[in-house]
Amino acid sequence: MSIRNSAAEMAEALAKKEISAVELANQHYAQIEAVDKDVHAFLHLDKAGALAQAESIDKKRAAGEKLSPLAGVPLALKDVLVQKGVPTTCGSKMLEGWRPPYDATVVAKLKDAGIVILGKTNMDEFAMGSSTENSAYGPTHNPWDLTRIPGGSGGGSAAALAAFEAPLAIGTDTGGSIRQPAAVTATVGVKPTYGGVSRYGLVAFSSSLDQAGPCARTVLDTAMLHQSIAGFDPKDSTSINHAVPDVVAAAKKKDVKGLKIGIVKQLSGAGYQKGVENKFNDAVAELVKLGAEIVEVSCPNFEYALAAYYLIAPSECSSNLARFDSMRFGIRIGDDGSKGAEEVMNLTRQVGFGREVKRRIILGTYALSSGYYDAYYGSAQKVRTLIKRDFDAAFEKCDVLVSPTAPTTAFKIGEKSEDPLAMYLNDIATIPVNLAGVGGMSLPCGLADEDNLPVGFQIMSPAMKDDRMYLVGGALEAALLSKWGKPILDFAPRLAGSK
Amino acid sequence: MSAISREEVANLARLARIEMSDAELDHLSGEMQVILGAVARVQEVASADVPPTSHPIPVNNVVREDVVIPSLSPTDALSGAPASSEQRFKVPQILGEA
Repeated sequence: MSIRNSAAEMAEALAKKEISAVELANQHYAQIEAVDKDVHAFLHLDKAGALAQAESIDKKRAAGEKLSPLAGVPLALKDVLVQKGVPTTCGSKMLEGWRPPYDATVVAKLKDAGIVILGKTNMDEFAMGSSTENSAYGPTHNPWDLTRIPGGSGGGSAAALAAFEAPLAIGTDTGGSIRQPAAVTATVGVKPTYGGVSRYGLVAFSSSLDQAGPCARTVLDTAMLHQSIAGFDPKDSTSINHAVPDVVAAAKKKDVKGLKIGIVKQLSGAGYQKGVENKFNDAVAELVKLGAEIVEVSCPNFEYALAAYYLIAPSECSSNLARFDSMRFGIRIGDDGSKGAEEVMNLTRQVGFGREVKRRIILGTYALSSGYYDAYYGSAQKVRTLIKRDFDAAFEKCDVLVSPTAPTTAFKIGEKSEDPLAMYLNDIATIPVNLAGVGGMSLPCGLADEDNLPVGFQIMSPAMKDDRMYLVGGALEAALLSKWGKPILDFAPRLAGSK
Repeated sequence: MSAISREEVANLARLARIEMSDAELDHLSGEMQVILGAVARVQEVASADVPPTSHPIPVNNVVREDVVIPSLSPTDALSGAPASSEQRFKVPQILGEA
């Protein structure tokens, strides 16, 4: 058993008692020790908590108790989900030192499934960004090339997977924060249908868009994790009371014969790197070989998705982040006894928030202010309707939609950090999914010819039909694996000190 | 496309309760100009006959039976507070001068 195995393989070895959960956790901590000084995927390691959980799983297994399929398998948790007693910063100075008094529902489900949470992963502050450069604790580096970004906002979770620091991870996706990091690190990530996974305990950025989801190195591992965290939660008023689709069975099926796959005309062309389009087209050709039927569909309003998103998300963020007022949790600046609450609040928010967060709060405050509300926020909500209609029409003609996940491969750290608009363009293909609340997956489909860096393939499914992404993803993954002869991460340069 | 002035940005910062230095205001005013120019595109297709969507799924009011369930203890609830006193959050003065 090696840290390079899949989570499913690790689970099998654990079930056969070829390795203990404690040994497996320690192997991963050794890898983290060896490579994380270069990758910086983690913000905090909870070694004591993880080993206690691993030990308890080992004891239960020894006693012959029935355990969940992933019991004893390690996981990296994005630092935007609260875990009782474990520091949760959201990549912000604002929450430095805060230890939440409760578990998010996703975290409670992970614990119930016997999954071992190794630590909390780095992210763009409050999940706002596409490169993890907006973390107040320094950037995460892409294991494929340490001078490049690992995507964002969930760059820490994706990098942890690609660097074999964990076989499973949790991300959150508001405009692409699971899928774009997966794309640029050659890992798999799924944004489930909105409401499919509970948001209770997920620190809110944009409530109508935020969705937690599974990340892993294979489609099956992602499905197994999806199954472990999904389901109705009465603590989340936007949770869907609907049976979770059988994503694990779908991932194993590997049969796309007769399936109608729609290529979205608008998610290609100008702005998309040549090597990205080539690998995307090659993957589509593989699906054709497997018997899928390709349909070209037009979603004309997708062109306005980015603009709508950068009004809706900042508007909701300006409201959600009002809770960081320095009164109940987080840091407090300037409270020397001479200043009033409002002044202390102003000073705390000046120091506690980074540039991108301030930019979005101001933009959202503007979009929601009287006199501008209809022109900006109101118009953006109408575009959201149009995008939903585009999806509805497209899904009448096909079972899933596909596109490249991100328009380019990983760019250099620092390359776009001074140009917000250029940075926002990274999310051009992922944002429509969030606006409509449908499902989205990214899986690796090759390395771009120009730079030998990973390219992501996006699969979009109708709401509550998440199994379709796994059906197509599982089949495509198997076809590509036999074409390449080895897993894509085996093509990545070896990190110094890696086990 | 209406231009956004530095004074407007300063007012937004005040509304959002974020202290900003002159340099921050200068920088942000310029950026806001560019970003607003880009996002204003939504107005091209947002005609009067299109209803707005606030949420991807229909959201209904959720109610439950009013039963007593365990909740956070005062100690837990105050564990992250910057300051507390007598089982309460302690905040800077909120009215007038000290």
